[in-house]
Amino acid sequence: MARGLGRSYGDAAQNAGGDVLDTTALNGLGELDLEKALVTVGAGMSLAALTRALVPHGRFLPVVPGTAHVTVGGAIACDIHGKSHHVDGGFGAHVESVELVTPGRGRLRLTPSGEPEEFAATLGGMGLTGVVTRATLRLVRIETARMLVDTERAENLDDAMERMASSDHRYRYSVAWIDCLARGRALGRSVLTRGDHAPAAAIDASDGQDVLALPVERAVPAPPFAPRALLRPTSIRAFNELWFRRAPREERGRLTGLRQFFHPLDGVRGWNRLYGARGLLQYQLVVPFGAERTVRHVLERLSRARSPAFLAVIKRLGEEAGPLSFPRPGWTVALDLPAGDAELATMLDELDEAVVEAGGRLYLAKDARMRPELLPRMYPRLEEWRAVRDRLDPERRMRSDMARRLGLDR
Amino acid sequence: MRDALGEVQSVLVLGGTSEIAVATVGELARRRARTVILGVRDPGRAGSAERSARAAGATTVETVRFDADEVESHESFVDDAFDRHGDIDLVLLAFGVLGDADRAATSGPVAAGVARTNFVGATSVAIPVARRLRDQGHGTLVVLSSVAGERVRRSNFVYGASKAGLDGFAQGLGDWLHGSGAEVMVVRPGFVRTKMTAGLDPAPLATSPEAVARAIVRGLARRSSTVWVPTALRPVMAVLRHLPRALFRRLPV
Repeated sequence: MARGLGRSYGDAAQNAGGDVLDTTALNGLGELDLEKALVTVGAGMSLAALTRALVPHGRFLPVVPGTAHVTVGGAIACDIHGKSHHVDGGFGAHVESVELVTPGRGRLRLTPSGEPEEFAATLGGMGLTGVVTRATLRLVRIETARMLVDTERAENLDDAMERMASSDHRYRYSVAWIDCLARGRALGRSVLTRGDHAPAAAIDASDGQDVLALPVERAVPAPPFAPRALLRPTSIRAFNELWFRRAPREERGRLTGLRQFFHPLDGVRGWNRLYGARGLLQYQLVVPFGAERTVRHVLERLSRARSPAFLAVIKRLGEEAGPLSFPRPGWTVALDLPAGDAELATMLDELDEAVVEAGGRLYLAKDARMRPELLPRMYPRLEEWRAVRDRLDPERRMRSDMARRLGLDR
Repeated sequence: MRDALGEVQSVLVLGGTSEIAVATVGELARRRARTVILGVRDPGRAGSAERSARAAGATTVETVRFDADEVESHESFVDDAFDRHGDIDLVLLAFGVLGDADRAATSGPVAAGVARTNFVGATSVAIPVARRLRDQGHGTLVVLSSVAGERVRRSNFVYGASKAGLDGFAQGLGDWLHGSGAEVMVVRPGFVRTKMTAGLDPAPLATSPEAVARAIVRGLARRSSTVWVPTALRPVMAVLRHLPRALFRRLPV
């Protein structure tokens, strides 16, 4: 199994008793074609490094996830999405070609038109179709290294969903942060953050500053130990309250940096340590539009369980891609939960059922605990994926803990 | 494959008809365990253990003959189970005999029988299990020890000594496996009300097979290396362990 920077939350890039390939040495920047807005990179290059190389040229990746510390190969294998999915689709939608080393057919160059099935099975294929070694990506043009951001508070879940459904199309990037502990009428109260790249005209450059220059960004380390009290519902409620009140009720056109907008957590190194030795579990689901009641049910269940989740992220997703790609049109909710909670396993099993009932699914890149029986119901095109995988890896040489846990290796 | 919350999907039980084993398999199968292999001395008497595993949610349940005293057969038994079922997330070493304490104290062969099953049989099967878990790169061997082995008592010293040996062996094996991905969890129940202890007066802090099963599941989630059932036994034994011999000998335990 190939492993990049190890940022998926589950066991996708672990392989007990087997071999794990560290791909981060494949970090070379290949050809950058500014005219066609294309870049060729090694699969082990991090999106952080790639962005640093692109921005000064006025180019940017169309899909950027919540952390930039992921590799290009991992982004393809998980078909990651970002705040722009409702407009631009997933990472895979901007991949011109992939170089894939497969056990069955050797080194392949896959393009969406040349080998559509193999290409689609590799997007979101969790690394089980082979090892991605290089990729050519389509880029977007930007005029500055800044973002123009609108922020608004939504008093509850209906309000948040209503605002997103009615005006998301006006923004390239959109996301809402939900306070998971708010209850009753305030259930699902959120802060919406939406924006786009700032045009050159939005920045006063009369002093001769380079509007494409990236600021020097440092990450502060998280404390190595966190008092357990931090994870108690009361302290988290206080934190969430503060966070909600701090956000402006409504603010338009604020200029912010790229990292501040796309990767706020990258500013704190090792933030995961705040969850203590038992760590955290991330839970991310998507349900189709029309299943808003399921989103409400999930939030109610969490809020009732007093499960100490800090914040959840909610956003609207657009088109579906590969057979194992997570995104599908609908609402996605992602949240972090302390793994030490004794009731967690049962509660999440219940939520899984509700998600499947609603025609939704969980994100494999985040999963570390779902019941394998639910996989075919979440991913109805699983057999189609297996058929293509059988051509690329007939002997099932590509193996991971996740593949074994979920029966993807069958 | 075990998941992030310590839930296991496949279980091999050595001593599959023991009440603690049946309760533990039930608890695990109600959660994630789907494959259950029961190693039992008399497959003809494993029907209810099989039914209980299926009722709890296991889909593949298999009974294989396993005799703790037939040490020559252990290597091939273990290899066969792992070869046929692939990843085995949990191996539960649940067999053991209590023996008649008075007879064991006065008869060499009876004492040797207790030691053979509880210690010799356990070590002989645990070694190939550990080797397969290490090759597999993951998996937990759960060894049912006993508080009786923590400090050997006058009233059943043969049984206690066999468990003391087993406990030490299991700890050492766990340390030997450290870093391989495979783990050993030592479970030290107090007096468990089962058919093995029927007719004996329950000791203080007596517990049930179901409580032991729940403690095992909790221990797996926490990746514990030692589990006491009930947990109160840990501080109690911490004191008893250090009592002077002359005093300990006179305790009515």
